[in-house]
Amino acid sequence: MLQSIRAAFCGFLLSVCFTGVSADELSQQQMRSLDEQVQEVKTDVLSIAADLGRLEERLLYPSNTQVAVFVSVPDGTYRLDSVQLEIDGEPVAHYIYSFKELEALQNGGVQRLYTGNVPTGQHNLNVTYSGKLENGKEFSSSDQFVFDKTVRPKMLGLTLAAANSGSKGIQIKDW
Amino acid sequence: MSRCALLIFAAASLAAAEPSQSQELTDLYFGEAKYFANQGLNFEALERLDIELAQHRAIDEPQLDSLYPYVDDAEFSVGDFELRYRMHHRAGRAIRAVLEGDVDEVVRNEAAYRLAKIHFQKGQYSEAMSALARINGEVPKAIRDDIEFLRANVYLAMGEPERAVDILGDLQSDDDLDGFIAYNLGIALLEAEQFEQAYRQLDAAGRIKAVSEAEKSIRDKSNLVLGTIMLETGRYAESRQYLDRVRLDGPFANQALLSAGWASMSAEQFDRATVPWGILAGRDSTDFAAQEAMLALPYAYSRLNVHGRAAENFGRALDEFGAEVGKLDASIESIREGKFLTALIREEIRQDKSWVIRLRSLPETPETYYLMELLASHDFQTGLQNYLDLEELRKKLVAWQRNFDAFDDMVAIREEHYEPLLPVVDSEFRGLDSRMKVRLEQHKLLEQRLQAMLTAPQPEFLATREEQQMLASIERIESQLREGYEANDSDLLERVARLKGRLIWDIHTDYYKRLDAFDSHLRELRAAIDVLETQYQQYVRVRQAASHSYQGYLEPVTRMRTRVRESLDKVNTLMARQGRLLEVVAIDELVARRQRLDQYMEKARYALANSYDRATQARLEGVAE
Repeated sequence: MLQSIRAAFCGFLLSVCFTGVSADELSQQQMRSLDEQVQEVKTDVLSIAADLGRLEERLLYPSNTQVAVFVSVPDGTYRLDSVQLEIDGEPVAHYIYSFKELEALQNGGVQRLYTGNVPTGQHNLNVTYSGKLENGKEFSSSDQFVFDKTVRPKMLGLTLAAANSGSKGIQIKDW
Repeated sequence: MSRCALLIFAAASLAAAEPSQSQELTDLYFGEAKYFANQGLNFEALERLDIELAQHRAIDEPQLDSLYPYVDDAEFSVGDFELRYRMHHRAGRAIRAVLEGDVDEVVRNEAAYRLAKIHFQKGQYSEAMSALARINGEVPKAIRDDIEFLRANVYLAMGEPERAVDILGDLQSDDDLDGFIAYNLGIALLEAEQFEQAYRQLDAAGRIKAVSEAEKSIRDKSNLVLGTIMLETGRYAESRQYLDRVRLDGPFANQALLSAGWASMSAEQFDRATVPWGILAGRDSTDFAAQEAMLALPYAYSRLNVHGRAAENFGRALDEFGAEVGKLDASIESIREGKFLTALIREEIRQDKSWVIRLRSLPETPETYYLMELLASHDFQTGLQNYLDLEELRKKLVAWQRNFDAFDDMVAIREEHYEPLLPVVDSEFRGLDSRMKVRLEQHKLLEQRLQAMLTAPQPEFLATREEQQMLASIERIESQLREGYEANDSDLLERVARLKGRLIWDIHTDYYKRLDAFDSHLRELRAAIDVLETQYQQYVRVRQAASHSYQGYLEPVTRMRTRVRESLDKVNTLMARQGRLLEVVAIDELVARRQRLDQYMEKARYALANSYDRATQARLEGVAE
């Protein structure tokens, strides 16, 4: 009894602890062959996505009217909860951040918050954002900017810092 | 692949690269790609960065592009995203392109390191070593230790543990890799047959100060391996000592409890064996080690001559195994009905990283109860991830197909709106355009006249219309008088000359004042013409945009539609094949587990009968005495 249970025990230990349970050799080969094909189809679909993105942009947001607003946060010293955008008094975007999205922003990511169309000329952009500071205090802050839309696509980058006395709050950069 | 190589691979995988931590706002599109990558949305990240890099490569003056300062980082990131999206071929190509491009030494060395890592992960060890051999000169400080760690792992995988020992021995000061290095050094020493040193090293790795879960796991693993070796070499007391260090709530707890029981049994400390096995037998009944403990525990009681309790526990084990066989049969049936694949692609389950664990705990997915070990195996994981990736691709392609219909509608609506309007607008525009051209020509002539007057004054050009009419009248009278001249006309001629002189005097004396006014008016006119030209250009662009909003889409949309349809066909075919393979492998695994349980049940039945006999015999002996 001891021998048989110990044999089973050793077999178990080697298979589970050291090597993990794997499919047989044939299945492994099939898995790898399929893996190659999956990689190829991913390349195809990525290429379609890129072409489709360009086509959509041309169709929906022609460069002479296109305006896009991007958002970034400079550091992780506060929790960004939401951002609202108004262009010429019209609300165009209202976004509430999940933890995962906030983390992505805090790690150097830039979010394209809004893409739309405006005619050439001067426009007002009103930005309102709210969040929570490190000390637990909640805040909401807003600022207004004027931007000039020309025939080229307009790319505006907003950097939203913690809205407290030592911070510049919202900074805008025309890209 | 050797046992040791697999251990190292696991350790190396734990130390895989984390998402980018850069917090500087760089190029917007590169930042957008990072935003997606940081959320694990690798497809979207690749899509954005592919477009951005393609645009950057296509421009004539790349140094003016906002991506220019970060282009090396972006090229690397593409490789990283591709790796995370399990596109090793493309990742390898991307990194090789950096390696062979005109880049500085630091960048080239980092590319070589990344390429080596890809080869290592794919089990191409000599290629990994060749890539590492390309590293020379200045190496980024952040990856110096990683390079040596990888080199040691490659040597180990290639069966050259002595070289790995040399490298790992020098690396022990690195903080991030501390636990992994200590553990791998222990394994390398084992492989190099330097056993006592290996035991000391694994002992040290098993006592290392750990903070993160990964470090705690590698510490547990060191203790488990060392405890197991001690058990196999008959050093039972030491074995228990190491196995007891393994955390009871860690991933290696069950194996450690099982081994600890056997260490005690082997040392004939039967009562001590019942402690870890007693804990283990009460744990998850689908676990391999727990099932074994259900048999081992009554066996220990029988060795303690507690046959009644042994019989009771063998009976319980039989009941448990019977129930588990029922679960396994249900699981096999469920997989055959396709429910396993359906469960895998459930959106709400895959919202967090531990979705595989959560899947197992759902009562409605019995097919996954026994597949944890299988789910953890590399090939199955790859197949599973590919299946999930294919499902994501399928969803995207289906959504794009729907978008094409919307595109068609949009284009048709625009065409319907603009087609009747544009001919009228064009006709009006042509009239305005010709009038505008006449005015522009006039403006040009006036400009030329002004320039001429600046070099050679011509006061008569600036005479007012009234002055010009008066002058013309005077000259006509003067001419008439001269034609019919009589002596008494001399007074008249004198008066005419006086009038003409006065007029010319005014024109000449006011000349500079008039020239200033002319220049000023011309400037005003130029400003008005600038506005006109801007409006003209705007109109031309808007007119073009109107045409472009519906013309020229038919062909690209049709082409894209075909490509999407073809890709969707491919994805569907691959998904079916991949899914079928996963099902077959999963069923094979479950059948093997069922067969093992059948064997356990057979042993349990025999042992149960034996224990009853002994218990009865003991009772009879007690009565006889």
